[in-house]
Amino acid sequence: MREFDYRRAPDVTGAVALLAADPDARFLGGGTNLVDLMKAGVERPALLVDVRELPLDRIEPADDGGLRIGATVTNSDLAAHPEVRRRYPALTQAVLAGASGQLRNMATVGGNLLQRTRCGYFTDVAGPCNKRVPGSGCPAVGGEHHNHAVLGASDHCVAVHPSDMGVALTAFDAVVSYETVDGPGELPLADFYLPVGDTPHRETALPPGALITGVTLPPAPVAAHSRYRKVRERASYAFAIGSVAAALDVRDGVVREARLALGAVASRPWRARAAEAVLTGAPASGDTFAAAADAELAAARPLPDNGYKVTLMRNLVVAVLTELAEEAAR
Amino acid sequence: MAPASSSTHSAITLNINGEKYPLSVDHRTTLLDALRERLDLTGTKKGCDQGQCGACTVLIDGRRAVSCLHLAVAAEGREITTIEGMAEGDRLHPVQQAFLDLDGYQCGYCTPGQICSAVAVIEEHAAGWPSAVTDDVRPEAGPPPLTAEEIRERMSGNLCRCGAYVSIVQAVARAAEAHEETTKEASA
Repeated sequence: MREFDYRRAPDVTGAVALLAADPDARFLGGGTNLVDLMKAGVERPALLVDVRELPLDRIEPADDGGLRIGATVTNSDLAAHPEVRRRYPALTQAVLAGASGQLRNMATVGGNLLQRTRCGYFTDVAGPCNKRVPGSGCPAVGGEHHNHAVLGASDHCVAVHPSDMGVALTAFDAVVSYETVDGPGELPLADFYLPVGDTPHRETALPPGALITGVTLPPAPVAAHSRYRKVRERASYAFAIGSVAAALDVRDGVVREARLALGAVASRPWRARAAEAVLTGAPASGDTFAAAADAELAAARPLPDNGYKVTLMRNLVVAVLTELAEEAAR
Repeated sequence: MAPASSSTHSAITLNINGEKYPLSVDHRTTLLDALRERLDLTGTKKGCDQGQCGACTVLIDGRRAVSCLHLAVAAEGREITTIEGMAEGDRLHPVQQAFLDLDGYQCGYCTPGQICSAVAVIEEHAAGWPSAVTDDVRPEAGPPPLTAEEIRERMSGNLCRCGAYVSIVQAVARAAEAHEETTKEASA
C-alpha cells in the first residue's frame, strides 16, 4: 500500500477544502470498501480525509414531509430507524440484505453510493480493466461474467453496481446532497450515476472533490407498501446476482401507483420505468406483472454466461409484485 | 524507529478494554495489526484480512466491527473492546461461558470473533433491530423472536471453517436467553 497522510475533517467546509487542495486525496467514511481497495492497490490515495466525525449522522424529517438522511449515518442506524422501517420498509430490508452486521456498523450512506464494483477484473491490478485503467480493455466481456450486467452496459464495461441500499433509494426517488468548495448542490439519484458508454471510469455526476452530505427521500405514501428481495449464491452475506425493490398501491384490484427498481443488473441501480408505465392503471394481476417485467427486460442484452439473469429478474419482479398485491388485498 | 508524527505516521492513543495505549503508527496500519503486532493483544485473529470472514471482529464504541478494515489512526478516541476485555477477572462473559459449555468451536481460531460478534448480536436484538430474515420490519411488529434462523442470519459475518455452526447457534441462543432473564430480573 502506498504511504499516505491522514487528517480528520474539522467540518464540512474544511473537508472539501482539504480534498480540493490535493487531487490524490480521498474521503474516508467507514472504509469498508476504500481500505480494502487500498490493500489491493486499486486505490492509491496520498491523503485520507476522515469524515466520520462530521455532524452528518442524523435522520430527520425533511421540510416537505420526507426524510433527510445524513451521509455518515451508518447502514445499521439507517436500517433500524423507526421512520425508515415504517414508511420505507424496502429500504430497511435492502440495507439488511447487504454485507454483515459488522460491516453495516461501519459503512455509511454516502460511502454506500460511492462504493465500487466487485467485478474481479476491476480488483485484479495485474490485468486490464477499462474502469481502473481507461483504454486497457475489458476481460469480463469474453471472460468470467456470470454476475455481470444485462442492462445498460457497453463493450467497454459490463460490471454491475453492488449496492442493495441504492436500489431501494432509486425506487423512492432519493436526492443526493453534496458540498463543494464552490458551494452546495443536489443530484437526483436517477441522474447520479453516469451511463457507461466508453467512459466506465467516470461513474458519477458529482463534481470533482464533492462531499456527499446527505440523501433526501421525498414523501411517498406508496413506499409504506414496499418490499426488497435479493437473490444470491448463498443464503446470507453475499452480493446480489439479482434484486428487486418494489412498492405497490393497489385499490379495487387496480394498480394506482408502482415503484420498481432492479439491482445487480446494470452499472447503476436500475429504475424500471418501462415496467412502471405498464403497471400504472392496470389490473393487479399476474399477467400485468409479467407484462411489466417483459417491458423492462426487452432492453436486456445478456452475455453468453449471464442470460439466466433475464429469466431470474422476470420471475423475481412477478413474485415480489404478486406478494405486494396479495398484501394489499388482505 | 519512525518519527512520532509526520505526513505518514501519527502518534495516537488507543483506548482498549479500558486502558490507554500510546503508540506511533504508520497510517497504513489497521486496527487489527496494531492490536496483534504492536500491542500484543493477539486474541483478535487475522483470517482473510479483507472483511469477509469476521475473525478480527472487535467492538468499537460498543458496536461490532471488523478490525482488518479499520485504520488504527481512525480508531483514536474510540472505545475498543477485544476478546481480552470480555471477562470480568476470572469470571467469563456469559457468551464465553455458553461457547465453552456447548462446544461452540472446534479449532478455536474464529472463536474470539464469533464471541465478540455474538455479544453485539444479543445487544442489537435487545435494542429491537430487525434482520434480513425478519418477516415484518415495521416497528409496530415488535422485535422478532431470536430463533435459530435469526441467529444464523445475524451471525453470518463470522465464518467457521471447521463448521461448528450448529453448536455456535446453540451457544448464542443460550447466552441470549440468559441475557433476557437478567434483563427481566433487573426490570422486575
